[in-house]
Amino acid sequence: MGMSIYAIGGKTLRSRLFLGTGRFPNPQALKEAIAVSEAEVLTFAVRRVQLDAIDEDAVLQHVDSRRFTFLPNTSGARTADEAVRIAKLARAAGIGNWIKVEISVADETLLPDPLETLKATERLAKDGFVVFPYASDDPALCGRLEEAGAAAVMPGGSPIGSGLGILNPYNLERIVERVNVPVIVDAGIGTASDAALAMELGAAAVLVNTAIAKAKDPAAMARAFKLAVEAGREARVAGRIPKKKYASASSGYETLISRIPPGEPVGG
Amino acid sequence: MRVRVNGEWEQTEDRTVGDVLRRWGLENKKVVVEANGTILEPAAWDATALTDGMILEIVHFVGGG
Repeated sequence: MGMSIYAIGGKTLRSRLFLGTGRFPNPQALKEAIAVSEAEVLTFAVRRVQLDAIDEDAVLQHVDSRRFTFLPNTSGARTADEAVRIAKLARAAGIGNWIKVEISVADETLLPDPLETLKATERLAKDGFVVFPYASDDPALCGRLEEAGAAAVMPGGSPIGSGLGILNPYNLERIVERVNVPVIVDAGIGTASDAALAMELGAAAVLVNTAIAKAKDPAAMARAFKLAVEAGREARVAGRIPKKKYASASSGYETLISRIPPGEPVGG
Repeated sequence: MRVRVNGEWEQTEDRTVGDVLRRWGLENKKVVVEANGTILEPAAWDATALTDGMILEIVHFVGGG
């Protein structure tokens, strides 16, 4: 159930937890979190090599590239042109043709620019990339991204790194209903229950970074997320009960012993 | 000649892009090189002559979400 096989972007996956690799306290903590999370998809960013410390922040040296699918992002891009440039640089590294389009315009929220994201998605999909746009949690936009060739859509739960969780579960449900490609909730996940909720609402997977990397114990939090994603998925498949305004008793009243009228002595 | 490598101008005797990468110890690293906006495959590093004012970007993967 939770570990059943599914496909995204032409790859067969088991884990529904995508792990971001930024902000871990040290490489060892990153490696432990990767192992414990059982994630199969890892995300990265593309940056200039620091020439005076060439290995300092190079992340691929810490992971076995044969065991994972890599999803580099275009973070830092402010326009579709910049995102396309970063995507091409990432592809030239020879670790695959998946790309997470991330185009943010305001540093304080890092919320995605929907129009530039749509443009970049269209161009990159035409160019043969498997495109995962990080997008606003807007059903119409996610529908457009699917039409533009996105392999999956990645609506944000809340601003990147904020840990505010899923601010608009209603929209997320509408996105799941609207698009046929997988929905991967990206950004803003704060703790395990947020990931479980995303899965319960019908997400195919969640992408988590800061909530694990900055936890007091990243490896323990990675395990919590693994379990939460599996639990949320199983609950989704199992089918939750509808929400109702009033109570309905767990046991029927037909065979209830007679109720004691007011004033009548109890026992004795 | 002057070339700009990752934002820093440098005066260099290097003749090719491959020379620059060797000087920085990057010839066997998982890096991607862009020269004047065009991506160079590793096989082309030694065959690409530096030109005065050339802008090189050498990038790699870092931790990120």
